Amino acid sequence: MAKDNVIVIGGGPCGIEVSRNLRDLGYTPILLEQQSELGGHLRLWDRLFPEGVEARKILKDLTSDLKGVKWFTDVNIESIHKSRKGYTVNVDTGMSFETKALVVTTGFKLFPAERKQEYGYNIYERVITNADLEQYFHTRKDPRIQNPKTIGFVHCVGSRDEKACNRQCSKVCCATAVKQASEIKELFPDAIVYCFYMDLRLFGRSYEDMYLTAQKQYGVRFIRGRVSEVSEDIDGKLFVKAEDTLLGKPMKMKLDLLVLMTGILPGESTTQLSEMLKINVGEDGFFTPRDTILEPCRAKDAGLFMAGACTGPKTIPETLSEARATAIQVHKYLSR
Amino acid sequence: MIDFGYTLSKSGTLKIENLDDSRFKALHKLEPDAYKCINCGSCTASCSAGVFTELSLRKILLSLQRGDEKDYINQLQSCMLCGKCMLVCPRGINTRHLILSISKIYNTVDR
Repeated sequence: MAKDNVIVIGGGPCGIEVSRNLRDLGYTPILLEQQSELGGHLRLWDRLFPEGVEARKILKDLTSDLKGVKWFTDVNIESIHKSRKGYTVNVDTGMSFETKALVVTTGFKLFPAERKQEYGYNIYERVITNADLEQYFHTRKDPRIQNPKTIGFVHCVGSRDEKACNRQCSKVCCATAVKQASEIKELFPDAIVYCFYMDLRLFGRSYEDMYLTAQKQYGVRFIRGRVSEVSEDIDGKLFVKAEDTLLGKPMKMKLDLLVLMTGILPGESTTQLSEMLKINVGEDGFFTPRDTILEPCRAKDAGLFMAGACTGPKTIPETLSEARATAIQVHKYLSR
Repeated sequence: MIDFGYTLSKSGTLKIENLDDSRFKALHKLEPDAYKCINCGSCTASCSAGVFTELSLRKILLSLQRGDEKDYINQLQSCMLCGKCMLVCPRGINTRHLILSISKIYNTVDR
């Protein structure tokens, strides 16, 4: 039996894993990525919680075995036509692909921190984001990080914030903040590290241990209270205001470095494809599946599948599990 | 001072860099669990003395962590060392021992 093409849009960890699994099931996956390399956000991260596995190692393992997967980078989707037979995907390089089943794995983007102007990203020198810090952990080079003695982490930047048009919790940033706070304490053991949080949401297995270690071993100081504003003094030090809501007192402090834990928004291609393919989205902009519990990887249209962070914030293992599940769903659909 | 007919209120804002947490660091040496508190409030809720006085171990410990003990430390005098807080603490902090160490380092006995 000749097996079909399956088009997968988005070459992050999810798209890669869907493609590999479809390949193993005998299909010819065609993986389309708009960036010049596969890997999505995983390329930009240094280590993954909870154990601190190197992101690059995971990515290498994922991309080391792509035999049988036809993948294309630097590709933008121009149009998608739906017919009774399936989908025709036209891309900007002039190519055109036919498929009976289409898998969308277009993922997320990080909240642009400069939109929360009161935190001063791109205004004050020593305000950075979680993504900048991951980059620093990898390269150890960032002119903004010069042996800081006091460091603050602001949780929920652009998450749980109706004014920032993003009401939902981004789920993974609490664990990331605890991880990064511990990592920066390893690099600068004498520094005092504060985490400003509204609620701590450490939902996964052994994440609570990570929190306990951050408190006990690294002495990270957790302050329940949202940073209200940041300003800068003449030496470039940051003044931060917050309320310690557990003590019931407003507080002010001077910091050498402030890390903004930017939240998760639907990726630009996620929004673009939701319009192109008429996929239902929620108020948060993420795709709404056919059934959130029983069929989280299928859209309303038969033949249209979706997986990974385009249906909401997820950890890498969750994304990979969903990718594998989606491959089986596609197989079931095509061999019905 | 000239009386202008008004007074200035003192700012209630905690300025972290002006606070001295050296005693808390000493306490942390004696009590490695001093940072483990997650502020759940079980200790305060179960406290026999807390029903009749202001005593809140959660607030005391938090204020010590911040180096801002003056408002809370005297509360400790109402503690009867019954140890109920130790039974309820979800993080397994030996609160009774912690209270004794606090008394030692912060000299609450003399106050």
